Amino acid sequence: MAEGRKAGRALPIAVGAGTIVAVMLGLEGLLRVGLINRFIVPPPSEVLLSFGRIIDEEDVLARTWETAFEVLVSGFFTILIGVPIGAALYRWRTLRAAIEDWVAAAAAAPLVLAFPLFLVMFGRSATTVIVMSAITGLAPMILKTTEGFAGTRQVLINVGKSLKMSDRQMFWKILLPSALPLIFTGVRLSWTFVLISVVGIEFLINLGGLGQLINDLAERYDLPGTYAAIGFVVMVSVIFFVALERLESWLQPAR
Amino acid sequence: MPEVRNALAPAAVAQARPQLQIDKVFKRFGEGEGAVVAVDHVSFDVHPGEFVAVIGPSGCGKSTLFNIIGGLLDDYNGNVLVEGDRVAGPHPAIGMVFQEESTFPWRNVLDNVAFPLELMGLPKAIRTEQARHFIELVGLAGFEKRMPSELSGGMKQRVSIARTLVSKPHILLMDEPFAALDEQTRLLLGDKITQIQQELQQTTLLITHNLTEAVQLSDRIVVMTYRPGRVKRIVNIDLPRPRTSDVVSSDAFGHYVAEIWADLREEATRGMADTEQRTRGARGHG
Repeated sequence: MAEGRKAGRALPIAVGAGTIVAVMLGLEGLLRVGLINRFIVPPPSEVLLSFGRIIDEEDVLARTWETAFEVLVSGFFTILIGVPIGAALYRWRTLRAAIEDWVAAAAAAPLVLAFPLFLVMFGRSATTVIVMSAITGLAPMILKTTEGFAGTRQVLINVGKSLKMSDRQMFWKILLPSALPLIFTGVRLSWTFVLISVVGIEFLINLGGLGQLINDLAERYDLPGTYAAIGFVVMVSVIFFVALERLESWLQPAR
Repeated sequence: MPEVRNALAPAAVAQARPQLQIDKVFKRFGEGEGAVVAVDHVSFDVHPGEFVAVIGPSGCGKSTLFNIIGGLLDDYNGNVLVEGDRVAGPHPAIGMVFQEESTFPWRNVLDNVAFPLELMGLPKAIRTEQARHFIELVGLAGFEKRMPSELSGGMKQRVSIARTLVSKPHILLMDEPFAALDEQTRLLLGDKITQIQQELQQTTLLITHNLTEAVQLSDRIVVMTYRPGRVKRIVNIDLPRPRTSDVVSSDAFGHYVAEIWADLREEATRGMADTEQRTRGARGHG
């Protein structure tokens, strides 16, 4: 039975990995027969071989740490600022009615285009990357937090009232735990935005971690290296989000 | 055939001072033409150790009455007195069990039940000991570490009941606690409630629309009219105690059910006709 369940979990992973290998092999074949221009798309085999080279020569691990640091700092700022604002929007309905639509609109706005303004304010530094990325990740954090608090079942609030709980107890012992699953959804969404923003801004202002590496390699017209660096970013983000998911299920046992 | 009396309590109960007094309680929602009188001068008493059920059709103001007695609705006319204190907000002597499933999904059974003790600031060892006692009382020993998502509907409702009982309320107030459960589970949980009520001599007020549940559990039944909710009559249930769900197969039980249903049918029919008329009116306007 347990073996059957194990096989049930392994099969989708095997199919997923098999699909990627099949696409890569197909692409390799099309490039080798000349149906796709190898000056636009490098052969996957060359990209694969470039991984070792960029790790050795381009200091990828240090750059990964730099990007990860910026993501973590920006991400923590989105929580630090977004959760209290989300709670305030839940607490004061007029405030929510007044600004919730603006916050939602901000989530869709391409803030990255405002990078010259931030460069003027903070200079060409990690601060610019962090501030811009934190702002980019703020909207989903605020919206999901408000949604989480507002979604607290009335009967749980009534239980709290029947036990004569103070507002403070109600917040910490009922509202916040009830809102946590959606706050975590907010964290996942917000940190996705942050990661994209950090790499994008590093690329745009040619500064820092993995984003700058992609920019450098592209400008050197090192296509296999560029694609290997992009692949590296994808790998880092996959590991990052799997870790977030694990953290979430560890912090919140079966609900 | 058993005698069905109006507002006659057994002598011992009648002599005791009421623990809960509902005195001419009146509640209206809205103003002007759209105003709805939910509860209209409702009066009855509940004595210490007594099990009283309030029964009526949907729309008779049962839940409004539950919220007023529980202190969740404090804007009402008349008086609800708990041991002489007028209820204006949740009263510490009243413990409430709600119709909807109300366990905290982020706490296991033990932590759910110990929750009121945690609010009181009791040390963990005492909290755990007392919570375990009530978990055992509701028949959930061995499930202390389970999360609510791992329990059935009936088990979750028992957790809620244990959580309410752990703070030792003088009056247990329940709003259709078994409404979402199937009939068999409902009968078995009725046995559990009867057993607990007898063991703790717990004064209990049950709000319900389920006739068999009311007769199975109660010493007295307050029958309400359809909107506005008034007391139509109060019926004493003289079935032997200790009582189990076997009582439902007795002749006496059947007679009580038939008597009360005769009253309820009239009210339920009125309620149904009113709902149909309002639905037609709404469609006409639409």
